[in-house]
Amino acid sequence: MGGFHSVPNDQRYRELAEKTGFSLEQIGNLHHRFKQLSHNGNTLRRDDFSKIPDLACNPIRFEIIEAFFDKRNFNAHGEGSVEEIGFEEFITIMSYFRPPSLHMSEEQREKLRRVKLRFLFNMHDTDNDGTITLQEYRHVVEELLSRSGALGRETAKGIADAAMLEVASISMGHMEPDEFYEGITFEHFLKILKGIEIESKMHIRFLNVDTTILCK
Amino acid sequence: MFQHLARTAFGCKSFVGRRLVTVALIVFLVGTVLPLGTASSPDISTRDLNRDPNQHNTDKDHNEHGHHNASRKAFPVLSFDFQRLQMPFETSLWVLLASLMKLGFHLTPRISSIVPESCLLIVVGLLVGGLIKVVGQRPPVLGSDLFFLCLLPPIILDAGYFLPIRPFTENLGTILMFAVVGTLWNAFFVGGLLYGICQLEQVHLGKVDLLACLLFASIISAVDPVAVLAVFEEIHINELLHILVFGESLLNDAVTLVLYHLFEEFAEVGQVTVVDGLLGIVCFLVVAIGGVLVGAIYGILAAFTSRFTSHTRVIEPLFVFLYSYMAYLSAEVFHLSGIMALIACGVVMRPYVEANISHKSHTTIKYFLKMWSSVSDTLIFIFLGVSTVAGNHSWNWTFVTSTVILCLVSRVLGVVGLTYVINKFRIVKLTTKDQFIIAYGGLRGAIAFSLGYLLDDRIFPMRDMFLTAIITVIFFTVFVQGMTIRPLVDLLAVKKKQETKRSINEEIHTQFLDHLLTGIEDICGHYGHHHWKDKMNRFNKKYVKKCLIAGERSKEPQLIAFYHKMEMKQAIELVESGGGVKPPSAIPSTVSMQNIQPKKPPERVLPQLPKGREEEIRKILRTNLQRTRQRLQSYNRHTLVADPYEDRWNEILLKRRKISQMSNYLTVPAPPPESPTMSRARLTSDPQAWSIKPDSDSVPTIKVDLASPQSPPDSVNITDEFGKRPTPPGGDGEDGGLVMKAPPPSLSVTAPWREEKWGEQTEEGKGEQHQQRLMRCLSDPGPSAEEEEDEPFLP
Repeated sequence: MGGFHSVPNDQRYRELAEKTGFSLEQIGNLHHRFKQLSHNGNTLRRDDFSKIPDLACNPIRFEIIEAFFDKRNFNAHGEGSVEEIGFEEFITIMSYFRPPSLHMSEEQREKLRRVKLRFLFNMHDTDNDGTITLQEYRHVVEELLSRSGALGRETAKGIADAAMLEVASISMGHMEPDEFYEGITFEHFLKILKGIEIESKMHIRFLNVDTTILCK
Repeated sequence: MFQHLARTAFGCKSFVGRRLVTVALIVFLVGTVLPLGTASSPDISTRDLNRDPNQHNTDKDHNEHGHHNASRKAFPVLSFDFQRLQMPFETSLWVLLASLMKLGFHLTPRISSIVPESCLLIVVGLLVGGLIKVVGQRPPVLGSDLFFLCLLPPIILDAGYFLPIRPFTENLGTILMFAVVGTLWNAFFVGGLLYGICQLEQVHLGKVDLLACLLFASIISAVDPVAVLAVFEEIHINELLHILVFGESLLNDAVTLVLYHLFEEFAEVGQVTVVDGLLGIVCFLVVAIGGVLVGAIYGILAAFTSRFTSHTRVIEPLFVFLYSYMAYLSAEVFHLSGIMALIACGVVMRPYVEANISHKSHTTIKYFLKMWSSVSDTLIFIFLGVSTVAGNHSWNWTFVTSTVILCLVSRVLGVVGLTYVINKFRIVKLTTKDQFIIAYGGLRGAIAFSLGYLLDDRIFPMRDMFLTAIITVIFFTVFVQGMTIRPLVDLLAVKKKQETKRSINEEIHTQFLDHLLTGIEDICGHYGHHHWKDKMNRFNKKYVKKCLIAGERSKEPQLIAFYHKMEMKQAIELVESGGGVKPPSAIPSTVSMQNIQPKKPPERVLPQLPKGREEEIRKILRTNLQRTRQRLQSYNRHTLVADPYEDRWNEILLKRRKISQMSNYLTVPAPPPESPTMSRARLTSDPQAWSIKPDSDSVPTIKVDLASPQSPPDSVNITDEFGKRPTPPGGDGEDGGLVMKAPPPSLSVTAPWREEKWGEQTEEGKGEQHQQRLMRCLSDPGPSAEEEEDEPFLP
């Protein structure tokens, strides 16, 4: 199965394809998956995501699910979160994970990097104040180590603090003893993650064939 | 006299000094070559010469056989018995020569910046071979046994053990394509065309039949790991290219082996049937997969063994080496791919072994591997040079030049063609620049020579011609390509290796990204790359690690392991930089922990230590103090707990004296030792490893006995010096501070540093101004309370 479902959707698919850059087959597959997850409904809710069995052992599943409902990821000026999303939003989020195309100029690469890092930033910055505070960062590390029990919890704080200190050192350079580093802004975030080539790492392979029948 | 020369030479860094050193080296070279020549020659005459003096000795020993001479000889005060020691003497001289050469090259940096080391070594080999010949002896040839059993394994093990796993597995498909398909293409292309050329009338090489050509081509077509390593190590290109070329050179061993055996077997018969071809393919699969399996089995055995070595730390490195070598030999017994076995063994065993062994064993393994592989590498190139001079050569212009040209052409075509196919499947495509470097980096080396040397003279009468051609190709690739690749890399502005160390932020986000991508794949509904990787990691964590890693290390997640490793490194750096001064981090900044902690009202909140704990802490601190005093008074070298940095202590102490000003990052406690503030974590100069034992009840301390030759008053002076800032380290109760529930780590070095606190970790909060915090001396559940210095170390 897969591919085009019905003629009325075709036009919509084309629009989405243009907007997000997916191919028509890929959009068809994703729509199929959308229907599967939403039990043939038109919208997805958080519970639908939670029901995916493979996701259950992922330590950051809450953040991932939350990212789907975060308005900031739908367009640049959104704020807050929604309760349910339609297919368009679903595919918009998915488009953050598209691989880079072969021939990209340097500024296109930079733009792509910013877009993807903005997505990550939004995942960390839960209160939407534009900075990742120490608390939020600690939360991230704790989640990552959440499967390690007590050992994880204790070290999580230390690791988060060390990481924060590193960001501060790199971004601010010099601070008086009584100055206070508010939090990681997006620009600082970009700076510290320069080493990871996000545009080549943050992507998954979107298949042209439908594999949803094989997976739950 | 040489020593004097050397000393003066080393002393003065001037040009003249260098000249002196080179002269000294050359003289020494000649001096060693002559005995080498005599030693390695199979000349009977020299042996006879040696024999006569021996007779006297043996006569004395065999008295009971009644070999009494008529005239009683005088007791030989000095006798010459070279015969018995010839072999080890010879070997040591060669290794010594190789090491001295290496030494020499690093003292003459001008040459070594233009010419890669491998070229210089081949030239030295040529010189040595020439000298031996001039002396009249026969220079030794690089025997295949010597090469494959002694010289090659260390290099491959070094490469396999330290193989960067992540880029390797990410690019495995590409690497395999290049290794398997690329080598096959090379072999058949070169072989076929060479046969065609040989068949031409003018060349008079009609005797060389197709199979011989194909055999020759299969020998010459494999990219050589030794040569690639030698050259690529010096040019520091980016990780992707390095792993592609290097991975290819490692994995093409299986292909080369199968082709070699296939063609060799049937060269006598003269033809290969289709069945044989199919069997060849099956053989390839068996050789490759079998090699990997053998390696993996030995790797698991090694990992399992290392689980129990906590009481015999001294022989831990030996297990690693032995198991790996056994894997290599076992694979060779069955004609499986020894190289792949060795790589598989190293890769499989490494994560588990490193979790189990001590810090010192880890260092030992690392340095032994580097040392052996370095010496092997040097010896191989020298021997290549010597063998060139020693061998019988049969130079045929057509054959040799066409071989060289065909090799180049086929390599370029192969790379371009394969990249075209591969790029359809790769996300990060390979650019033209990448392709050029991959093609240009296809160097041939000693493996080709050894395989050629193994050929049987009777079946292949043109063996000499083959060898000459092989040597020419090797020389061409190593000299021409090796020398020009560096300027080309600069010219083409190929991305170089990033020198920056991995930061904790990058590590956090790499892991985060892994989980994120796995999650998205699950939501998308297809089981991709990340999904399987995640599954494997979970399987590894749940079952394998429990079996193969001793103690609680098995449960340590990767992030924490990385964090500890980083802290360890920085602690060591701290010691080496003289302590007290801000550790030489890559990021010079004055930001410290106090800048990022949320501000709190400066009220003093008493530390919330449970009563019993407080008492414990006091007791331990008291005993520490006592012990310090005792130790300072009765200093005895023999009671030392060995410390790798103890010889640095003198320097450190001296440096400290010069520090007149306190840096921000040192706290000095004035309060009496009983204060609970002394329990604050101090990350001091303890290079020893510690393990995480959050449940241990005692305050962990690891003591390093100072071998300080300073008398106690001196040490006290230093502490006084640092007593300038008697800040009462009161907790001010900011619970935003680094709070830990585990016992605070206190790697304390007793004696002078007793009074100092460098760390910042505590259970209670710390006041802003009071606590000078080392930038990165951050928390972690404390080290164990054991005094034993060899704790399991997770690097």
